[in-house]
Amino acid sequence: MDELDINQTRRDLLIAGALSATAAAVPSVAAAQAAGTTRNETPTAPVTSKVALTVNGKQRELNVDTRTTLLDALRENLHLTGTKKGCDQGQCGACTVIVDGRRINSCLTLAVMHNGAEVTTIEGLGTPDKLHPMQAAFVKHDGYQCGYCTPGQICSAVSVLDEIRKGIPSHVTGDLTTAPLLTEAEIRERMSGNICRCGAYSNIVDAIVEVSGRKA
Amino acid sequence: MKVFTYERARTPAEAATAVMRVNGARFIAGGTNLLDLMKLEIETPPHLVDVNGLGLDRIEATPDGGLRVGALVRNTDLAADARVRKDYGVLSRALLAGASQQLRNKATTAGNLLQRTRCPYFYDTNMPCNKRSPGSGCSAIGGYTRGHAIVGTSDACIATHPSDMAVAMRVLDAAIETVKPDGSTRVIPIADFHRLPGNTPHIEHTLAPGELITAVTLPKPVGGKQFYRKVRDRASYAFALISVAAIVQPDGRGSVAVGGVAHKPWRLPAADEQMARGGKAVVDQLLAGAKTTEENAFKIPLVQRTLDAVLAEARKG
Repeated sequence: MDELDINQTRRDLLIAGALSATAAAVPSVAAAQAAGTTRNETPTAPVTSKVALTVNGKQRELNVDTRTTLLDALRENLHLTGTKKGCDQGQCGACTVIVDGRRINSCLTLAVMHNGAEVTTIEGLGTPDKLHPMQAAFVKHDGYQCGYCTPGQICSAVSVLDEIRKGIPSHVTGDLTTAPLLTEAEIRERMSGNICRCGAYSNIVDAIVEVSGRKA
Repeated sequence: MKVFTYERARTPAEAATAVMRVNGARFIAGGTNLLDLMKLEIETPPHLVDVNGLGLDRIEATPDGGLRVGALVRNTDLAADARVRKDYGVLSRALLAGASQQLRNKATTAGNLLQRTRCPYFYDTNMPCNKRSPGSGCSAIGGYTRGHAIVGTSDACIATHPSDMAVAMRVLDAAIETVKPDGSTRVIPIADFHRLPGNTPHIEHTLAPGELITAVTLPKPVGGKQFYRKVRDRASYAFALISVAAIVQPDGRGSVAVGGVAHKPWRLPAADEQMARGGKAVVDQLLAGAKTTEENAFKIPLVQRTLDAVLAEARKG
């Protein structure tokens, strides 16, 4: 079997798996709430639940398997594939999105936990015709190589400047009783939840410094 | 991930009752640790009770001059609170030394206390682990132990508690407020909250089934200079090899709790009494009887040197 065949097989399997899960989704969330006594059995068929959330300014309603992470809901259900799945365990930051004004790892939270939430993904920050200033700065400073971590880096970078503006301290803030300063050290520490395997870190810091308005 | 049902609770008492309705049900708040473990099927709850809507997200002054931190206060908000930064600096510092900003934005006060060990053998489902499958054995004992506990260990488990926040709360003498499914409430001093592994390393704290943490209280500020010094393999976003939380008063007396050395934040009154005598005197008490391996024996001098560095900084003007 050559490499292409392996890929084809894996893809078919994934699609088949997704279809069977949807078809089997019957019991509702309410089923558990209705029971008055202790339930012993583990549900065997997938459980689905409705969730309504605003994504990049648009109201979206989904019926998802309770196991669906916010990341998978964005990518697989809403087809917003700008947000990337790297490690899927909160270590790499590729899945970073902004929820209710704060950046989080979308891989470590369930879609059903975000009813009523406002989510901003990389698609909501800017478009190819109208780049967000942070996107433009990443392009200008070459803040990437392969680009896979870039949407998460940019969502984090936008949040970093917001967090410093709001006076949220960091591990490298010298005096906790005063507002944090906008320094390279602060930016680097605050970006530590976003890994770049290509090692574009110094250019990423340059891009963020430029958008901050501070002279480098 | 195993299939599970899901519901949102509206009050603490309702949540505590709801979690008792399904065997093996779990509360979920930030979810940053629980979901990670569910993906690996180390945790397999058949039902999740979402407690994010309980409104336990405020930090309030207590009548005795302390602070009452709601169970759902996010790590970011606790670290950034002006009162915490001014009067409980060790706690802000510990929180900011932990995880990444994305995780701190989600992770809660109660969840941080309840997070599970990062022992690699606990995470590796192909290996025996008494914490993951009671009675199966401990792969860490005789395995690679650089990150493991050196005090309070047992023949069943040598895992450490991974929290930074809890180490600071231990030195601050915090207390944990809870509600049980029958509606009764109690207060657990943090010293009695986490358990040593003994023969039951899978039981990590003293909460009863269904018991929900509602808040953590901090006593009246004790002043002094406060430090949280964390030593790790990289400068940011890594768990501690060891950490030192210390409060040093102008006369040199004070208190110290250490992370990365035990199944719980490690503090001994007899060690606190030695604070004015320096790091060695403290560590001789604090880590007396430590059981080390060739790979983790470095933790004893590392704790001492870190504490000495903290004490030297405290003596500076």
